[in-house]
Amino acid sequence: MPALPPEIIASNVADIVAPTPSMPRFHRSDPRTRRLIYQGAFFLVLLAAGFYFGSNAAANIARRGLELGFAFLGRTANFAIGETIISYSPADSYGRALLVGAANTLMVAIVGCVLTTVLGVALGILRLSTNPLLARLVGTYVELGRNIPLLLQLFFWYSLVTRLGGARDAWSPLPGVFVSNRGLRAPTIVANDAFAYALGALVLAIVLCVIVKRWAELRQAATGKRPPVLAVMLAVLGGLPILGGLASGGSLALDYPQLQGFNFTGGMALSPEFVALLTGLTLYTTAFVTEIVRTGIQAVPHGQWEASRALGLSSGRIMRLVILPQAMRVIIPPLTSQYLNLTKNSSLAVAIGYPDLISISGTVINQTGQALEVIFIFMAIYLAISLATSAGMNLLNNRLGLR
Amino acid sequence: MKIQRLVGACIASLVGLFQPALAGTTLDAIKQRGSLKCAVQGPSNPGFGVPDTQGRWQGFNVDFCRAIAIMIFGDGEKIQIAPLTTQTRFPALQSGEVDVLTNNTTFVLVRDTQLKFNFPAITFFDGQGIMVPKKLNVQSALKLDGATVCVQPGTTTELALTDFFRKHNMKFTPVVIQARDELTRAYAEGRCDALTSDATTLAAQRTTVSNPADHIILPERLSKEPLGLTVRHGDEELRDIVAWAFNTLVNAEEFGITKANVDEMLKGTDPQIRRLLGVDPGLGAALGVDEKYAYTIIKTLGNYGELYEKYLGEKSPLGIPRGLNNLYTNGGIMYVPPSR
Repeated sequence: MPALPPEIIASNVADIVAPTPSMPRFHRSDPRTRRLIYQGAFFLVLLAAGFYFGSNAAANIARRGLELGFAFLGRTANFAIGETIISYSPADSYGRALLVGAANTLMVAIVGCVLTTVLGVALGILRLSTNPLLARLVGTYVELGRNIPLLLQLFFWYSLVTRLGGARDAWSPLPGVFVSNRGLRAPTIVANDAFAYALGALVLAIVLCVIVKRWAELRQAATGKRPPVLAVMLAVLGGLPILGGLASGGSLALDYPQLQGFNFTGGMALSPEFVALLTGLTLYTTAFVTEIVRTGIQAVPHGQWEASRALGLSSGRIMRLVILPQAMRVIIPPLTSQYLNLTKNSSLAVAIGYPDLISISGTVINQTGQALEVIFIFMAIYLAISLATSAGMNLLNNRLGLR
Repeated sequence: MKIQRLVGACIASLVGLFQPALAGTTLDAIKQRGSLKCAVQGPSNPGFGVPDTQGRWQGFNVDFCRAIAIMIFGDGEKIQIAPLTTQTRFPALQSGEVDVLTNNTTFVLVRDTQLKFNFPAITFFDGQGIMVPKKLNVQSALKLDGATVCVQPGTTTELALTDFFRKHNMKFTPVVIQARDELTRAYAEGRCDALTSDATTLAAQRTTVSNPADHIILPERLSKEPLGLTVRHGDEELRDIVAWAFNTLVNAEEFGITKANVDEMLKGTDPQIRRLLGVDPGLGAALGVDEKYAYTIIKTLGNYGELYEKYLGEKSPLGIPRGLNNLYTNGGIMYVPPSR
């Protein structure tokens, strides 16, 4: 039964209990008046409590001679940060240091959410596999993943990566790739002309693929047959950038990591802390997401499968075109919570030394003594990240929802 | 500005939740509670403060806490020990969660002023050192360009390390882990090339790695680290008691009063000793404590030198030479005001 819009219910109720004309306008037996009185009283109590705690704390702070204010953000930080994705040096300000922490938190949260989604959807489908070995294996992972406390998992991964060999006896699975307890080092592509051409060609290839796909769809609509375009698209995506690179006349250059003194220089690096944190967060959250995806798929009525099969769709396409889009409506709200959890859980980084927002905030609090201000800042940042995530997911939910 | 104040008051209210609006002085609160709350380095630091098999805290710093408790209550057992990390210690002291930091906190200007603390006594003169594995074959801290260094966050060592590398135009990568045990483990497993902290803490941490002889502490001292007893502003009486609890320990050593001979000393004729031990009364009254305070402290704990030898000295597992912490009469710089 469709629910009535709230305003209709409200007006109906108001009609039923409407005061008789003989009653004065603001009589205490009028439910609207009563409601106003109760809400007003509750609000006043709340206000009084807030004022009491506020003035109490202000008095305490004044008595201790501590100062409130954000002037410290401009002072020189004087401490180093192990890994940063925006530039930072100890000569920068506390404000900049906090920004570095926020960027590091965002980095691990975004990469973690993407990995969790991909893995979670894949494992959620596998969990429903008719192959009992596969289904049980995924089931075991889910139970392990979500029943062992995240902190322990982080310690496990961290001690695993730090137990690898030192930089001087790093393991090199591929030329130029080094795995050691200093993290993962890999070569990077130098941004020269050849790289620019290849990048341009890649963009062109993507545009071509979109056109080909659209053409295939139109063709399918017209003839009922879908032309096999996957191979063509892959060839375009792979081939064009290579051709572009060759056309530039130059060649792609790689920046290889090299062992110099204590550590590697050059190339790109992933620190053990980042790897351990990302692995721990992803595997922990994926266990929950797997279950969410499984329930989402199972929530789609079985008749949908049967109808799709009757239409002659292959099982891969049934999943992709019929089941998953419907399952998404069930999946998205709890998935949002998992994204939020992952982001907030990233603050456990402090235990294994990844310089996230909390870790850096802790140092700033210690050096400046401005605990309240820094706590306020990081709470505001977490709130902003969480609200932005929720807003994005709600938008997605509304688009996918039944209308 | 108004908004700032409003926002400030709002967050402040969160903290305000957990504090009484009006308490007496800290000392009154301690007496009313019946125990003294001290912070030591968490989770533990060998020699300075570790729980024994019965869960009773033992160590150099713990005995300073006991000495203060003896001054206040006449009983060194009326203490509560809170193992705090370097990051939680200051908020804990500021908020009244603990009364005294007996956890090797370095006495520096901004902590004295901005954080509104007082340092009634310096219990240990230390300097920041760097420990490396012998197999690294490094003899000087100046050869550490490009190294990865394990360091605790929120310490003066973190700042001095940064200053040292900047001054000598060298680069380093910090690995910052809050829990000392985790940090030492990361170093022992080779995540870092070097571990930095106060030299004595390094000596203490070295005893916890699997093969202590494989690690050396480099000769350079990156900073002065006067480690003190710390109280918050606002209670001068408590500050005096903390200061004279410590001074008593050192003065006792100067006079040659030990745990073993303190009863003997009571019968002596030296007026300084008679005053200190309360045979000739006056000092206790001046401090507002029992006249026998010094006697009880020495009888229960021993003097400063005895504590040093017991927990940190050459015969202890830490094996730290007295060095700067010798009495000034023995070539050190340990010189405290006279108890009179």
